[in-house]
Amino acid sequence: MGAFIAFQDVTKKFGAVTVVDHLDLEIAKGEFLSLLGPSGSGKTTILMMLAGFERPSSGSILLADRPITHLPPHRRQMGVVFQNYALFPHMTVAENVAFPLEMQRVPRAEITRRVERALDMVRLSPLKDRKPSQLSGGQQQRVALTRALVFEPDVILMDEPLGALDKQLREHMQLEIRDLHRRLGLTIVFVTHDQSEALTMSDRIAVFNAGKVEQIDTPQAVYDRPRTRFVAEFIGETNLVEGKVVEAGAQQAVVRVGEAALNVSGEVSAGRDVSLSLRPERIRLGKEPAAANALPVTVADCIYHGDHMRLVLKSGPLELVARAERLAGDWAVGTEAVASFDPQDCTVLAS
Amino acid sequence: MLRALQIVFGSLVVAFLILPIIAILPLAFTSSVFLTYPIPSYSLRWFEELVTADVWRLSIINSLIVGGGATLLSTVLGTLAALGLRGNALPLAGLLRTLFLLPMVVPAVVLGVGMQIFLVRLGLASTYPGVIIAHAVLCVPFVVVSVSAALQGIDPAVEKAAMSLGAPPITVFRRVTLPLAVPGVVSGAVFAFATSLDEVVITLFVAGPNQRTLARQMFSSIRENISPTVAAAALLLIVGTLCLAALAALLRRREKPAVA
Repeated sequence: MGAFIAFQDVTKKFGAVTVVDHLDLEIAKGEFLSLLGPSGSGKTTILMMLAGFERPSSGSILLADRPITHLPPHRRQMGVVFQNYALFPHMTVAENVAFPLEMQRVPRAEITRRVERALDMVRLSPLKDRKPSQLSGGQQQRVALTRALVFEPDVILMDEPLGALDKQLREHMQLEIRDLHRRLGLTIVFVTHDQSEALTMSDRIAVFNAGKVEQIDTPQAVYDRPRTRFVAEFIGETNLVEGKVVEAGAQQAVVRVGEAALNVSGEVSAGRDVSLSLRPERIRLGKEPAAANALPVTVADCIYHGDHMRLVLKSGPLELVARAERLAGDWAVGTEAVASFDPQDCTVLAS
Repeated sequence: MLRALQIVFGSLVVAFLILPIIAILPLAFTSSVFLTYPIPSYSLRWFEELVTADVWRLSIINSLIVGGGATLLSTVLGTLAALGLRGNALPLAGLLRTLFLLPMVVPAVVLGVGMQIFLVRLGLASTYPGVIIAHAVLCVPFVVVSVSAALQGIDPAVEKAAMSLGAPPITVFRRVTLPLAVPGVVSGAVFAFATSLDEVVITLFVAGPNQRTLARQMFSSIRENISPTVAAAALLLIVGTLCLAALAALLRRREKPAVA
């Protein structure tokens, strides 16, 4: 009993360019996994290899312990939702949704019934005789989703499916997809470059950079305990602090930054120069010198954001960004203060 | 000021292109036996001549047979060629594409001489299949261009989507690629038919007396005995071509929302 989907040492090259570099990845049944990364990080290529549109240059892909590396796309039973929806422009909404069922040679009457039920579920029944060009972006998106779900595939693959929608609609669709995933127990592999999308929807996030996995973890772990500098910077906003390890213990260390000795979390050996990641909202700002994990700072700038303030803090050569709730105090430029944090909120980065 | 100049210049160009055509048309309705102005009185006798006189009637039928055959042949060949050239997956696809378009630029006389020698070898000179083949050579580039453009307008993701939904390659072609390319195929066929309809030079070389087409008949009629029947035939050709052009334009309009 292994993982439902497994990439084993998969490499993909286009000419001399290595797009996916020795990838090992396991996806459990019923999991919602996001592949997150900047464009060119190989995440779409991974999805296309899973769908069967691209062949790995080496390595193998397993589905339910069966190798599918060389199985053609139409025999993989995977519903793919493309970035621009890829609806059949010459067919009506109902014909689009019926297509995968016709391919499975489902009897005519049953097709009609299942198409109707599926369209009812996404409230598109009144539009079933329209052509895709007569629908709005959000409606097209729902048709594409319905078409990929209606034949009850083992896996749903989504390639930036919400990229073309406006912000409000995108957030609505995120919730709708998340809801579908929970209700139907689907296995979903979701490609995106939008970190907030990945954080809100996923069970796990795989962060990619230059064809390699930087970190695979739950959204909380990826955000709270980024393992590399790339992950820390790509997901959310962070302060990178350089220092030298003076003391190392199990899952924790003391790092000297300027004059201060800071307790941080992470597995690292003493004497090394390291980078630390500290999220802006985890910085506590106070007037009295705190006992532990504190840096004396001066407020260099204060930016109003409506629901919160962004403060730029200076501590010697170091510059930190902190996030303060609106009523958390008066932080005029030039104010002397103390910035502190809990050890588990500051992580040592691997590189 | 510039705008006015543009309009004047545009009108002059249009007049330059259209006036010779307009000049011939009224003569189709003359009652005189001479192809000259002024027109003494109006009659339809030359249209009658066109459909009753054997040479003319036969030439119209021949044009339809040759045009139909050449259209069918070139549409099938051109569509297959465009499909094969798609995506430049073939080695030397660029070179092949140029070769397919060559009949558009090669002088018709050269093509005609070559065709005649070639068809004599095959024993097809002065036969319907011979003329149809020769015309089809000329028509293929129009089909290739038109179908290629239609194929280019198809989003590859649409075909991928069909595959992922369980369609094997042949079904993807039958249910998705071909239906989306149909407007291009039809407009290519319309161009092919129009090309065959007014082709004279190659017909002169490869057709015998029995395959005399309307255009060819007009050509010889002008040389032998200039009668207003030529004007009537011209009117027929122009109306026919306009209808075809309108059909092509209509298809093009319908094609757009499908691609978007």
